[in-house]
Amino acid sequence: MYHDERWRLARKGEFLRVRADLIQAVRRFFVAYDFLEVETPIRLLEIAPESSIEAVSSEDRYLQTSPELCMKRLLAAGYGRIFQISKCFRRKERGNLHLPEFTMLEWYEEGADYKTLMERCEDLLLFVTCELGRDAMLDIGEGRQLCLQKPWERITLDEAFDRYSSLSLYEALRRDCFDEILAIDIEPNLGITRPTFLYDYPVELGSLARRSPADSKTAERFELYLNGMELANAFSELTDVDEQRCRFEEEQKRRADRGLEVYPEPRKFLSALNHLPESAGIALGLDRLVMLFCGTRTIDDVVAFTPELL
Amino acid sequence: MYEASDLRKNLKIQIDGEPYVVTDFQFSKPGKGQALYRCKLKNMLTGAQFERTFRSVDTFEPADLNERRMQYLYREENKYCFMDNESYEQVYLTADQVGEAANFLIENIDVEILFFGEQPLGVTLPNFVDLTVTKAEPWIKGDTAAGNSKPIVVETGYQLQAPPFIEEGEKIRIDTRTGEYVTRVKE
Repeated sequence: MYHDERWRLARKGEFLRVRADLIQAVRRFFVAYDFLEVETPIRLLEIAPESSIEAVSSEDRYLQTSPELCMKRLLAAGYGRIFQISKCFRRKERGNLHLPEFTMLEWYEEGADYKTLMERCEDLLLFVTCELGRDAMLDIGEGRQLCLQKPWERITLDEAFDRYSSLSLYEALRRDCFDEILAIDIEPNLGITRPTFLYDYPVELGSLARRSPADSKTAERFELYLNGMELANAFSELTDVDEQRCRFEEEQKRRADRGLEVYPEPRKFLSALNHLPESAGIALGLDRLVMLFCGTRTIDDVVAFTPELL
Repeated sequence: MYEASDLRKNLKIQIDGEPYVVTDFQFSKPGKGQALYRCKLKNMLTGAQFERTFRSVDTFEPADLNERRMQYLYREENKYCFMDNESYEQVYLTADQVGEAANFLIENIDVEILFFGEQPLGVTLPNFVDLTVTKAEPWIKGDTAAGNSKPIVVETGYQLQAPPFIEEGEKIRIDTRTGEYVTRVKE
């Protein structure tokens, strides 16, 4: 009955308003910092072959799992500060924090590294909070608050394993239980009183990230957590084409070992990589950011239609 | 054979020859890592519960249960009585075995009773049931704030949120998998 749909959609009105205001505020932030908003194609011939991300096929193409490769081709062509808000598609991802079709904010900055991006994240969230008329002690529901004042917590992956898990990072990787410990023992402790940057990942866990000059086994990558929830993933970009090709091959091998589709090598991206300047980029889940400002723990609340209601 | 991505609340799987039901389920995917399927499982024979996290490569045998269509008759203290419509055989389930399905059981409703061998272990409801509203604030006509909702109670005593235009005595359809209001049913 139509009245029921009308009721169901109208109940989301308040959250959809927050969503719209937040997206406008994000745009104002990037425009103010002289970023160019870009749109890149959603149906792609080549995607980054990552071991745990499954793409949706569309005729002879793939729907983007992120706009990363096209945005880096723009970056290589001299567009030094770009951002995009776009739909991304990943198969078999559905849960309280996952929709198979979701909205990603992605931006790239020439001359930046991952630490610069940490500061940009702090500034972005404080700007958005202010634009939405919220307090920097942000109410996140259930009577809890998150302090967004700078600086946020910064903790290496190594430290996080030592602090929250009975195994060291090295042991967790060796025993093949890294993902389980991260998800069950560590993530729920991150970003509880203020946001947390979890940084410095083993190189094999950052297939498009630059090696740290200080330690070649470490990739300059971070994940941002708020309220136990992963919000963003960032790194200093790997610009060495030969190394990137090897890293992709390792990811492809992991996919093949698990019986997953092996994606075609992203040739156009690799040939552009020769021209990629020193830079850093980040992908931030916009639906999850809206969740925080709405004080809800389920992503279904912040989109008008879930896949089940189509 | 089930894959990990089939896991969801109330799915019944076989582990070491015994039937288990998923009582709680959470999908997570840390960073760029693998998909993890975090489950609470209950042994349907012993009631013992435990937590386990599965990966997408894990597969499961469906629990080796027979389903028989039966009618719910009545509740007697802690026991729920069901009857086979053809043989008139009656079986009983405990409140623990019935679980949240009790919210949607009305007399004479047809359900599937799950048997492990000859032993009845649980009940599977139809995805949708129609229940009569027994308690609801009256609808103030002109209340056009369409997003409002109000708590209502249905004949089983189950409480849920519904649109403001739902009134006492009406029938509504409920999705038994989520416990949520679906639509008003015109008779």
